[in-house]
Amino acid sequence: MPSYAFKLNGENVKVDAPADMPLLWVLRDLLGVTGPKYGCGVGVCRACTCHVNGNAVQVCMLTAADVVGKRVTTIEGLAPEGGLHPVQQAWIEEDVAQCGFCQPGQIMQAAALLKSDPSPSDDDIDKIMNVCRCGTYCRIRKAIKRAASTM
Amino acid sequence: MPVHASQDAVPSEGPANGGPLTRRRFLTYVVAAPVLTVAASSAGGLLAPGRAHAVVPSPPQPENILDLGDVMVAATKQAQDLLVLEVTTDNRVVFRLPRAEVGQGVTTALAMVVADEIDARLADVDVPLEDARQDLGTAQSTGGSSSVRSLWDPVRSIAAEARARLVTAAAKQWDVPARDLKTRDTAVWAPDGRSATYGSLTEAAAEVSAPAVSTSPKPSAEYRLIGTSTPRIDARSIVTGAAKFALDIDVPGALPTVVIRPPTLKGKVKSYDAAAALEMPGVVAVTDLPSGVAVSATTFDQALKACSAVQVSWGSGTVDGVSDADIKARLAAAIPPMTPAPPLTQRVDATFSFAFVNHAPMEVGSAVADVQSGSARVWVASKSPTGAQSAVAEAVGLSAEEVTLNVIRGGGSFGRRIYYEPAVEAARVSKAIGRPVKLMWTRNDDMRHGRVRPRSHHQLRAVHAGGEVLTYEHRMSCVELDLGSGTGQALVDAGYVSPTIGSAFFSLSQSCPYNFGVVSESLAEVSYDMPTAAWRSVYSAQARTAEEILVDEIAKALGADAVDMRQKFLKTADARAVLDKVATEGNWGRTMASKTGQGVALHAEYRSTAVCLVEIDCRGEKPRVTKAVMALDVGRQVNPSGLRAQAMGSLMDGISTVLLAGNHLDDGAFREGSYSDFKYARQADAPLECDVYLVGGTGAPGGVGELCVPAAAGAVANAYARATGNKPRNFPINF
Repeated sequence: MPSYAFKLNGENVKVDAPADMPLLWVLRDLLGVTGPKYGCGVGVCRACTCHVNGNAVQVCMLTAADVVGKRVTTIEGLAPEGGLHPVQQAWIEEDVAQCGFCQPGQIMQAAALLKSDPSPSDDDIDKIMNVCRCGTYCRIRKAIKRAASTM
Repeated sequence: MPVHASQDAVPSEGPANGGPLTRRRFLTYVVAAPVLTVAASSAGGLLAPGRAHAVVPSPPQPENILDLGDVMVAATKQAQDLLVLEVTTDNRVVFRLPRAEVGQGVTTALAMVVADEIDARLADVDVPLEDARQDLGTAQSTGGSSSVRSLWDPVRSIAAEARARLVTAAAKQWDVPARDLKTRDTAVWAPDGRSATYGSLTEAAAEVSAPAVSTSPKPSAEYRLIGTSTPRIDARSIVTGAAKFALDIDVPGALPTVVIRPPTLKGKVKSYDAAAALEMPGVVAVTDLPSGVAVSATTFDQALKACSAVQVSWGSGTVDGVSDADIKARLAAAIPPMTPAPPLTQRVDATFSFAFVNHAPMEVGSAVADVQSGSARVWVASKSPTGAQSAVAEAVGLSAEEVTLNVIRGGGSFGRRIYYEPAVEAARVSKAIGRPVKLMWTRNDDMRHGRVRPRSHHQLRAVHAGGEVLTYEHRMSCVELDLGSGTGQALVDAGYVSPTIGSAFFSLSQSCPYNFGVVSESLAEVSYDMPTAAWRSVYSAQARTAEEILVDEIAKALGADAVDMRQKFLKTADARAVLDKVATEGNWGRTMASKTGQGVALHAEYRSTAVCLVEIDCRGEKPRVTKAVMALDVGRQVNPSGLRAQAMGSLMDGISTVLLAGNHLDDGAFREGSYSDFKYARQADAPLECDVYLVGGTGAPGGVGELCVPAAAGAVANAYARATGNKPRNFPINF
């Protein structure tokens, strides 16, 4: 079985995995990182959104080979140990979450958006395709704007 | 009030609920059996006819006297002596919540009630989800928007009782009169400034035989937390990814398992050949199930890949050959003839049709099970844990008592987690292969074999003369609804079985909030063997939406404004106040551009009222709701932030089910397979502005979880009609 090395949440990891195994299952089943969620497996719901080299990606659509030598960040690694990223802080202040299942992906998406555009417009926020079945969209919008104002 | 107190009387808990609880603890069982009552008194306000208006009053309907929530209130009250509130020696106040947490915020709301009543810091209160307990029965069910409503009195009672004992214990310890002591911040305080934490008093409090101060819940004027907007108590764990769902729980050795399911609904396995799959890397076992063929492997990836290597010969399904059009025709035929309009009257008729709708919770069906000889343990997000426990026991040949069922947080429900197929499947596989398993439905499984809101058909007729509505008739037919073992069973237990559970549910949930003279509403269910389910607000989601559209059309026929019309005919002043708030805050009637429009709708149920006003823009490629203003009167407001979240979520359900999201049945199988074709609203479908106002606020809490769906759906449909000039009849509109 091939072996792949990359940086996961700041730590160097090496993992033996089948070449075609989606990174989502590498993270969840081989490395025990459960923040990224399975919601569809086809890149549509975006509950598994993580960062690769700071960009938002759906890890159900990548393999370990795709991230060799790169920085993979899951929700667990977004903020330094014990701290909160401004987006996470804004999420709490706006009381965004309901069931919470999609929220790791929503937060990773929002954090990546704010990194590339520190002051996103409503149209930019509208382009976020992550599904939230509880319907927290209005608070997500507010939390992104709140985080933008504090970052 | 006789009280029994004991120590360590509750079995220890597993990792899923926060680690083994082996500390000595103080338990309160309040064993006074409350009298089973129906909340007829609360209906008084609802029934006061609108005396200020010359309308033809409608007499009360059954829902006005006793609704489903009242059944859950009575079931929970009967079980009050079984609720467990513990104060641990390390100063944690632990209330074991006999409900599911699926995003509705019930853990936060109940933590607030406990903290307020016992005078603890909110941060010192834990609300683990109670394991399935057969002694609780349906009192452990989550449904009917009844959780806060039904736990409000019992939880305040046991918390007040516990507080009185802690005060009494401190008084004894300090040898001061108990009445001179105060409580705050999880401690008892003496006039001289001394304090003792609840944790330090809990063992002595357990020995108190007769509290020396009142055990009555505090008056509402003394609330510190109740009524204040409070972020979810689990917000931090959610935003850091620490919150665990069923498949995130680390059960050593649990094998990822997926199920190959039939090409059509409820198709059966005739035969299968797993030889090739068993040769694949990581594959451990292939197991025959009533619902398909399960593949267990070391990773989900290996299990999923091996599915395509299993050769399965399928038998026919239960609705092969049946498509939407067939069902629609049968539903239309099941509607009885409408009453002819009398001479010299006019009538407004409308026919509506609603497609099947999947719940599509973000977390697919999933469960972990470890079945051993003589015992089993299951982890599942269940709204009907005792039903799930019994079903698992039966499936694996154990008694319910031999099955430990840990209730885990769920990633959304909207009705879905009343049902527990994944738990039963996981247990069957675990038993068959002798290993713990974590079983997951794929999104395709969930869309194509998960449950759906039944397709429905509605014929409505209002007869009017001289500006008054004389009769109002609504005949609904739908595919038979499986109400499950939670609230459905609560109705059976309460004696409501005739002629069907569905019709009982219908009569306990449906009432017309308007004085429309002689009101007649009925349901005819058409039987198909397919997986249906209660979907947020159940029959009301369609029935009351249809009704609110008709109200707009009656207003048009009478030459009246849609808000004025409602104000004139609404039965209660409370409802008029909610409508007033929305009309004012939403600037009802403002001039709107062509192809844009406002719409308003109201819904009263669960002893609460909601009104929604939306603005829609139909100028683009697809309609967009650009603004929403909602107002709610839910009686006592426990957590305004949580109430607003429920309203906003319901708004998204209204937007989705009216404009976008539904499921096609094609020749015995559902067409949609994921969120790419099941078009639940995304960020770009959500309004840029959404304001939720809370009005009223006195008395006991009403229900809110499902309350706003019909109001939101009705408002969206009415706005669409106003913006486009079309009369929406089939939902979703873009199907």
